[in-house]
Amino acid sequence: MNDNVEIAVDVRDAIKRYGDFTALQQISLSIRDNEFFTLLGPSGCGKTTLLRMIAGFEDVTEGGIYLFGDEIKTLPPHKRPVNTVFQNYALFPHMTVLENVGFGLEMKGSSRKDAAKRAAEMLELVQLSQFAKRKPAQLSGGQQQRVALARALAPSPKVLLLDEPLSALDLKLRKAMQIELKHIQRETGITFIFVTHDQEEALTMSDRIAVMSAGELQQLGAPRDIYELPRNMFVADFIGDTNLLEVSVDKIEGGRAQCHIGGGHELICDAVDGVNVGAKVHLSVRPERLVLSDQASDGNSLKGTVTENIYIGTDISTMLDLEDGPKITVRTSNTERGNKRLIQPGSPAFVNMEAGAARLLVD
Amino acid sequence: MAGGAASGGSAASDTYKQARHWLLMPSWLVLGLFVFAPVCVMVIYSFLTKEFRGGVIWEPTLTAYDQFFFDRGLFGDSDPVLQWTYIGIFWRSIWQAGLATILSLVIGFPTAYFIATRPAKTRALWVFLVTIPYWVNLLIRTVSMKFLLRDEGPMNDALLSVGLIGEPLQIVNTNLAVQLGLFYSYLPFMVLPIYASVERYNFAMSEAAADLYATKWTTLRRIVLPAVKPGVIAGCVLVFVPSLGAFLAPDLLGGAKNFMIGSLIEDQFKGNAGNWPFGAAASMILLSMVLVVLILFARQQRRAEAVT
Repeated sequence: MNDNVEIAVDVRDAIKRYGDFTALQQISLSIRDNEFFTLLGPSGCGKTTLLRMIAGFEDVTEGGIYLFGDEIKTLPPHKRPVNTVFQNYALFPHMTVLENVGFGLEMKGSSRKDAAKRAAEMLELVQLSQFAKRKPAQLSGGQQQRVALARALAPSPKVLLLDEPLSALDLKLRKAMQIELKHIQRETGITFIFVTHDQEEALTMSDRIAVMSAGELQQLGAPRDIYELPRNMFVADFIGDTNLLEVSVDKIEGGRAQCHIGGGHELICDAVDGVNVGAKVHLSVRPERLVLSDQASDGNSLKGTVTENIYIGTDISTMLDLEDGPKITVRTSNTERGNKRLIQPGSPAFVNMEAGAARLLVD
Repeated sequence: MAGGAASGGSAASDTYKQARHWLLMPSWLVLGLFVFAPVCVMVIYSFLTKEFRGGVIWEPTLTAYDQFFFDRGLFGDSDPVLQWTYIGIFWRSIWQAGLATILSLVIGFPTAYFIATRPAKTRALWVFLVTIPYWVNLLIRTVSMKFLLRDEGPMNDALLSVGLIGEPLQIVNTNLAVQLGLFYSYLPFMVLPIYASVERYNFAMSEAAADLYATKWTTLRRIVLPAVKPGVIAGCVLVFVPSLGAFLAPDLLGGAKNFMIGSLIEDQFKGNAGNWPFGAAASMILLSMVLVVLILFARQQRRAEAVT
């Protein structure tokens, strides 16, 4: 990590317990300034708990949380210079949109006039100026969502926390808001910590992603690393579609690992720290990195029989039974070239891949 | 008060509309017989002439109302002078009922808030505990209250033995005793509606306020209270209105000096000293006051509904 990058939020060995139940098991992560950081995981993985600990709504059982170097875990929420966009927005129904957005500024000591002026600017940023005088109930879900965003941004927080803010919107609107959020984050330069269970959303928006499961941090990295170089089974399986194959590692040499899967198929892939010769581990390979062919290639090539072609719009998904081995799925893009490669069910076929396409998983 | 959705057209909705009329009949009957008819009797009686030993003579007159507001001397032939006796009693009643309402609110709001913020499983138990006193007759409860509060009663004994006071507090036969009595009688009517609205309150809004730098006190004032206002107003009306017309607590706890409207009206229909038209007129005046309060309340509710 670069030394000149400032750390906005530093979570050090944070543990959260509710009675006997441990919601977070000793998590450490550093969120950089100006970063769009995503906490990604299935429900119950502890991502929201961690966010609420940063906001101050949950106590930290053990460990510490630092905001630009200052310990904040003992500060009550109203003294932390962070703001939150809540999952169901939690707008104040008796106040107008403008009053909602100006509330934080007013509480910070701005005069009503100044608060209203700044609130109007924020409404412009989210393109809701014409709704300033309305009550939240008179707005659509997407508009309410943007009011919540403007309200949280208005006091210029050092860090903005977003708790699944898009989950209540329909797909089209959600996609539009993803891009808008990303733009606003770049424009304002505020550090965003975004919680979601939607891996596609996380990949689209984030600078870095922390994948969580069962209260533990599984992997932290840029979207491309998380997707292409998953560290373990959970990450490989949770992010996108993948083929998980059981392999035995036969030889490691020059950064390459030679392994075999059931049925004697040989495979060469990149070696990974923590996977040694003789280990029985899983190998992940994305369906779109596999190439369907009627001929074996020079490199990795698995022989099997096509069982089904499934049309899914942008792609065709082909299922194969490998000879004396597991099933495998190949994705071929729905283009003229791709369609030429398709093979009818029942026919034999080869699945070819480059060494870099497959990834050995630590656990 | 919300009007039925009478969007017509289809045969089915017409059928339901007709059924609705028939289903409402029992209610209309009860209301007509036991509310509308007695009020009519009261209106008519208030404009009749009194007969000694109770009852009325069918001679229309405004004497009852005149007597309420004006003094015409011992023989009723002097020039009318505005007199304050009865207006004073009314004023004191409003004052007493108002204080009892405020006291109920001060105690009832935190209680309701406490109950509404308990885990869902235990809330029903707390609500049940609040309503327990209502299984005992109001008269018995008020007499017990007198027993508790009197000079040689358990409360004074306890305070004396602890050494908090040097001599017994004189509470019975004071305004304070009446307020305490009213407060105690009607407290659940304050707690329950406030509880209902706090329970519906979305506490994420309190978190949002804290997140936006509001202190707990500011959050209560600016966010929680406006959100639960309908419940608070309903509670205040439910305590104020019966307190205004109460006669048990003032009679038993307040003594002769602390007369309230309820007792004044009660006396007009009791024994030989009664004056039915005057009692009816006083009731009419009380009823109009209560109606004003209720109309203001209904208006507020409608405005609150328009917001959310």
